[in-house]
Amino acid sequence: MQTVTKIVFFIILTFGVELFLSGHNNPGGGFIGGLVLSSAFVLLYLVYDIETVHRGTPFDFKRVAALGVLLAVGTGVLSIVFNVPFLSQATRVVDLPVFGETELGTMTVFEAGVALTVLGTVVTIILGISEDVE
Amino acid sequence: MITVLLAIFLPFIAACLVPFIHKFLTGRRIGWFVMTVPLFLFLLLLRLVPSLSNDAVYQYTFPWIPSAGVYFSTYLDGLSMIFALLITGIGSLVVFYSIFYLSEREAIGRFYTYLLLFMGAMLGVVLSDNLIVLYVFWELTSISSFLLIAFWYHRKQSRYGAKKSMLITVTGGLFMLAGFLMLYTMTETFSLRELIAMREVIAADSLFIPAMILVLLGAFTKSAQFPFHIWLPDAMEAPTPVSAYLHSATMVKAGIYLVARFTPVFAGHAVWFYVVSGVGLLTMLWGSVNAVKQTDLKALLAFSTVSQLGMIMSLLGVGSLAFASSESAHIALFTAATFAALFHLINHSTFKGSLFMVVGILDHELGTRNIQRLGGLATIMPITFSIALIGSFSMAGLPPFNGFLSKELFFEAMLSLQNANLLTLDSLALLFPIIAWIGSIFTFIYCMVIVFQSFFGKIPEPFPGQREAHEAPIKMLIAPLVLASLVVLFFFFPNILGTYILGPAMVAVYPQFRTIEGLVPEIHVWHGWNMPIFMTLGVIIAGILLYRFLGYWKGVYRLGFLQWTLDRLYNAFLTFGERVGTLVTRTYMTGSVRDYVAYIMLIFIALIGIGLAGFQQFVFDFSNDAPVEINEGLIVFVMMCSSIAILFARSRITAIILNGVLGYSIAILFVVFRAPDLALTQIIVETVTTVLFLLCFYYLPEWRTEHKSRSTKWRNGLIATASGIAVTVVALLVQGHSLYPSISIYYETASRLAGGLNVVNTILGDFRAFDTMLEVLVLFIAGLGVFSLVKLRRKRGADQTEEK
Repeated sequence: MQTVTKIVFFIILTFGVELFLSGHNNPGGGFIGGLVLSSAFVLLYLVYDIETVHRGTPFDFKRVAALGVLLAVGTGVLSIVFNVPFLSQATRVVDLPVFGETELGTMTVFEAGVALTVLGTVVTIILGISEDVE
Repeated sequence: MITVLLAIFLPFIAACLVPFIHKFLTGRRIGWFVMTVPLFLFLLLLRLVPSLSNDAVYQYTFPWIPSAGVYFSTYLDGLSMIFALLITGIGSLVVFYSIFYLSEREAIGRFYTYLLLFMGAMLGVVLSDNLIVLYVFWELTSISSFLLIAFWYHRKQSRYGAKKSMLITVTGGLFMLAGFLMLYTMTETFSLRELIAMREVIAADSLFIPAMILVLLGAFTKSAQFPFHIWLPDAMEAPTPVSAYLHSATMVKAGIYLVARFTPVFAGHAVWFYVVSGVGLLTMLWGSVNAVKQTDLKALLAFSTVSQLGMIMSLLGVGSLAFASSESAHIALFTAATFAALFHLINHSTFKGSLFMVVGILDHELGTRNIQRLGGLATIMPITFSIALIGSFSMAGLPPFNGFLSKELFFEAMLSLQNANLLTLDSLALLFPIIAWIGSIFTFIYCMVIVFQSFFGKIPEPFPGQREAHEAPIKMLIAPLVLASLVVLFFFFPNILGTYILGPAMVAVYPQFRTIEGLVPEIHVWHGWNMPIFMTLGVIIAGILLYRFLGYWKGVYRLGFLQWTLDRLYNAFLTFGERVGTLVTRTYMTGSVRDYVAYIMLIFIALIGIGLAGFQQFVFDFSNDAPVEINEGLIVFVMMCSSIAILFARSRITAIILNGVLGYSIAILFVVFRAPDLALTQIIVETVTTVLFLLCFYYLPEWRTEHKSRSTKWRNGLIATASGIAVTVVALLVQGHSLYPSISIYYETASRLAGGLNVVNTILGDFRAFDTMLEVLVLFIAGLGVFSLVKLRRKRGADQTEEK
């Protein structure tokens, strides 16, 4: 089970990122991407115990969520600096390895913010409750 | 333009940087970094002063939320300049002073972050042209003031004072916002400049008076005018540099700024004059009378600030009469009142700032600021004493200090009311100078209290301070010394100030009178034996007499009606509100989730029911619907079976699994209808929910058959059925009508407008990005909420085990 998870975890993670990046033109997007990512982490927590995973991922998921919010709001604020209405988006096509041709823009940053917030919040809640069990 | 933008945003940027820089510049050294910000801005603004006196204005606009008429527009004219210079100038001195005032053990980084936050917000208030932007900054000053008052949050009094100031100023701010919105409905603009141009339109509108009163409420609460002044004495719990900066020199003057700003919009109407100058004079009298009985020096200064603010306010009220009069001689008479107001505004900042710093020094060196425990300090602390003397005598209106000049102008303005038979004023005209005179006598008395009771007399035994009393270190004296020397300088060279600083501001307040002779009067130190000088002499004589016999008549203050009735009212109101709130909440917060669901559903049904009743068009249009396929029918059948089965489930885990079946079936339905996004989301949400359920499983109580009364069961069943029907009806009705234009236009334009082919995501991320952003925020806040609730519960649980 643990062996399988090691592989599956990365597949899910990749899938999550793929979903998130492809969101602009195909099914996917920040919200779903974030959910898939968090389900990957939830799987990890189910298979191993919390301490083991904490050692592997030494970051606080509350902060991840906060970073997400910051990104999402930040892109909006940034557009003020560039003298365009709040939350205007700009795009540019970039070739990324693995994921192929992808459009990267402030939209992507915005979506990344959404994804990170979802990931952070879901994992925080689940961890909060499960830690309570012990 | 860049200067103005910089002035607003530099403090905010610096506030963000403080925590990081604090790591390198440890301890109080961070203050030096903070001080560069206001000092730099002060010099930058000073460079613009000469061009302002040539009628130049600096304006810059860029769209923020253009669809709602909100533009981030900055505007710098003479009036903004006075305030901006005060904010940055006094700000530099206060920061400099605070470096030596705060002890190393305090949370210095936090203090300066709040202070810079305030500075930016305050500059934002005075430099904004758009009312909504102004409002945002306005409330931001309230919030930063709240944080600064509660800086020593472990003290109960600090928290009380912070809450009080927040409640009063923010409530006032909300009233002001309502006033702004009314102005918007009249003129369709939020721009101050355009409002002034549309003066006639506004005056003719039926909302004129309500809008005026609401805006004034905002100004009065902020500037601590009677009866909203009660928050200011309690705000004195803040560290003294904060009191000197926010609660005497800048923030409380925001209300004055607002009134001066709106003078060209509202002035000329009798209500404006009576409310502004009436409330102002009453505040002046009330504040000065109350100041005399204080024993805490800071409380005394707080009441004196209240009184001085009232005086400035009343002058602005008199100044507004210029709009009502037609003869140019009269106009000049009344504009002189506004001139006096602005002049006194600057003077007050200088002398009151220095006095606060003196009190801070006493507190710092002796550990007390109670007058009864102070005395005889003139010989021990000669420099501090000189500063206090200059500050107090200036406040009392004695030469050779700037307070004398503005006090003379004040009397002159009040007397000028007699010359004008405007706005049915004849009989009341005499009352104004009399109240002003009485208020000035009390002002004189409390100024004497400051000087003589703390610096003369015998040194009390035992001496209050732990250490040997000595002069404060020179570093702490620099800032008040600078202010005190300004007090004297302004007396000897008032006309430099008049030409360069006050002149442009007068033009800003009276845009249509810019050509009138004497809009910017010459200030004379001596203007012969006229009425104002006799009034001043009277104040001095009566003041000295009353001060000598203070002990005999002080008992008057113990009379019932002079007690803190307004404070009591405020406290009683809060207690009452809490009690009612608890009562109301108790009636519906039963603690049972089932009840809450019932509430939600009932409201939902009611809303839809009312909507449908108003709609009255029950057209069910099935013509566009595709025929139901057999597989779709099957899925729906499965869903129905599982949902009915939940009702009869014997164990909780069965119910959870059945619920999962329901969820996954919906996902399959989405697949069938070719909505991959929704299907994906549904599947993942379902998965995560199941995990959550399993986690919570541990806590949930035993699943047992409940024996509820028949009526409860019927009631619940009814609610459930009704909500189901409501949803179905709405879903069917939606098909039959097209109230809104179809969104399928987005399918065609998405790629071009937002550079994406996935229409769902372009809507989420671009067309409706604002919604998405807020949703993300809500999600985050909800997550934090759950987290802290769980943590809190565990902590409490731990406490309970300890108690056992």
